[in-house]
Amino acid sequence: MIQIQGLAKSFGHTFALQGVDLEVAQGEFLTIVGPNGAGKTTLLRILATLLRPTRGLVHIDGLDLASRSSEIRRRIGFVSHQSLVYANLTAEENLRFYGRIYDVPVLEERVGMLLNLVGLEGRRHDRARTLSRGMQQRLSIARALIHQPSVMLLDEPYTGLDQQATEMLRQLLQSIITESRTVLMTTHNLERALELCDRLAILAKGRIVYETQKSSLTLADLQQAYRRHVENRLTRAEGQA
Amino acid sequence: MNFLAKVLTIVWKDVLAELRTREMFSSMFVFSLLLIVIFNFSFELRVDNMAKVAPGVLWVTFAFASTLELNRSLSLEMENDCLEGLFLAPMDRSVIYFGKMLGNLIFISIIEALMLPIFSVLFELNLIQPSLLLTIFLGTAGIAAVGTLLSAIAVNTRAREVMLPVLLFPIILPVVISAVRVTGGILDGLPLADLAHWLRFLIAFDIIFLVVSYMTFDYVV
Amino acid sequence: MSRRFRLHDFVNWLSGLAMIGALYLVFLYAPTEATMGNVQRIFYFHVSSAWVGFFAFFVTLVAGIAYLRAGKRHWDIVALSSVEIGMTFTAMAVITGSIWAKSTWNAWWPWQQEPRLIMVTILLLLYLAYLMLRAFLEEEERKARLAAVYGIVAFASVPFTFMSIRWWQRLHPVVFEREGIHLAPAMLVTFLFCLATFTIFYFTLLLHRTRLGTLADEAEGLKQKLRSQEGG
Repeated sequence: MIQIQGLAKSFGHTFALQGVDLEVAQGEFLTIVGPNGAGKTTLLRILATLLRPTRGLVHIDGLDLASRSSEIRRRIGFVSHQSLVYANLTAEENLRFYGRIYDVPVLEERVGMLLNLVGLEGRRHDRARTLSRGMQQRLSIARALIHQPSVMLLDEPYTGLDQQATEMLRQLLQSIITESRTVLMTTHNLERALELCDRLAILAKGRIVYETQKSSLTLADLQQAYRRHVENRLTRAEGQA
Repeated sequence: MNFLAKVLTIVWKDVLAELRTREMFSSMFVFSLLLIVIFNFSFELRVDNMAKVAPGVLWVTFAFASTLELNRSLSLEMENDCLEGLFLAPMDRSVIYFGKMLGNLIFISIIEALMLPIFSVLFELNLIQPSLLLTIFLGTAGIAAVGTLLSAIAVNTRAREVMLPVLLFPIILPVVISAVRVTGGILDGLPLADLAHWLRFLIAFDIIFLVVSYMTFDYVV
Repeated sequence: MSRRFRLHDFVNWLSGLAMIGALYLVFLYAPTEATMGNVQRIFYFHVSSAWVGFFAFFVTLVAGIAYLRAGKRHWDIVALSSVEIGMTFTAMAVITGSIWAKSTWNAWWPWQQEPRLIMVTILLLLYLAYLMLRAFLEEEERKARLAAVYGIVAFASVPFTFMSIRWWQRLHPVVFEREGIHLAPAMLVTFLFCLATFTIFYFTLLLHRTRLGTLADEAEGLKQKLRSQEGG
């Protein structure tokens, strides 16, 4: 469960986030879409405890981000653009390493189970460097899942994947959705955004400009909403300047 | 898992990665050999007594080899943003510092151990004495302690290979001066008691910079 | 606004007058030294410059620590200003020190006899490293943070470097010991006055440079605001 109130983040004089209010219920899958520079990565990195907010409150599973970040780290799995796996270690060794620093019990079993889950059982003794981008992404997800986090944060996970890899990733993400696991994913691809989520939001220029339940939303609806809230805003402003 | 266990996990990870490729070792080894050869020719033309030049050559080689290792060690963490993977873990940032520092100390020491017999042969001196080994260890510890921190700073810059020596060398000058003095003294056959104040100095340097580096590491990463 | 203006005015005048006083003392009041003659007068400027060099480094240390603890941009501006000023004075100290060494030992760089000259040069190298580090970093916050850490480590190394150079020098017996603080009373007065003058001058420069840095920062902020408004 994630609760965000009035979150703002500035880098020097630029504001990446300008007051975000958002709630993600436990077990919910929320996708955030937005153009480049909207602040999606910044938002996720703050939730992952990698960045400190300039203003605002964040609670994850009821814990305050500012004061209980160490405990929060136990509960989050973060998948970013970079795979965060060591290129010269094997898939298995990578998972074992992360398992150890996360204090995962019964490690060998868990490593085997995860490798199976992400479909890398056959490549477990291969160095991560030799894996394709799609496979590295799946290994990265296994890494993020090693400690059974209750919150998964995925920052544009489909980036750089071909058709086949994208489909495999979608299936994998489908399988990790459980009742107790909260998932927050960002992407700028509207089609991908609709596939798995329960709810959807649009982030533009550091603010949430649109939120809706996914239930009856079609791709055309979404594209229209996106155009209205994001692109028109930009052209309107350009017209003024 | 306690603090020490996590530190050792990081050390083991670095050792494993290096065993895989042996990139760092081979480059450090070749580099050190080249340095010795260059020094051999550069100084032989002017100096008769090899023992006089040996301490300096030894420590210049060690200092440069150390910067190679320090840069490499942190570069490995930058690939695929693995350093972030360490930050995401529920552990104190100092675990990362000590883990990397210990790894650096081990790798540099191994290269030094490989270099010493070669130096001994080339300079026709016995460099494998306990007191000398102790000095080398203390000097290397100092370089590793502050070097780990400075490499974490340098790795953020555009010119990290150049930046690290620029940051590191003025700071480790006391280590180099002390180590060269003690090395020279031991080779001259001086009793250790005469050199004790330098050794105490090295130990003080090691402790102070271990503490300063450990305390400021959090702000660097 | 008018209150700040008065402070600037005050230190400007104070510096100016003190400097005139110092020049008078150094060139007209202080007696000519027995062995070296008028060249010895450079000693006053050399030591005062070196003193400011070290003091400025200390100020950088303090500002760096303050920045890390409070995160206020102002401290970083102070640290950078102090480095720029300190480096200038240190460079002056190296040059005047070399002239002093030439007149005392007849060598532009007597390694064995002047460990202090080496120390001041290393201080200059530390300053240069600090500025080089800043030059090679981009993001403002990271620049300030990493520079602050380096400032702390660099300052911590100074006593060690000084001691090791001193001990290193002792193994080479010096032909004759320099006077030390055995100065004639008139010389002592001149010496202390110079120290005070240079310190006041340092603070004056620090005040101005910091103000300049703050204004530049504000200008940058306004530019950014305009840019983001135009962008929609």
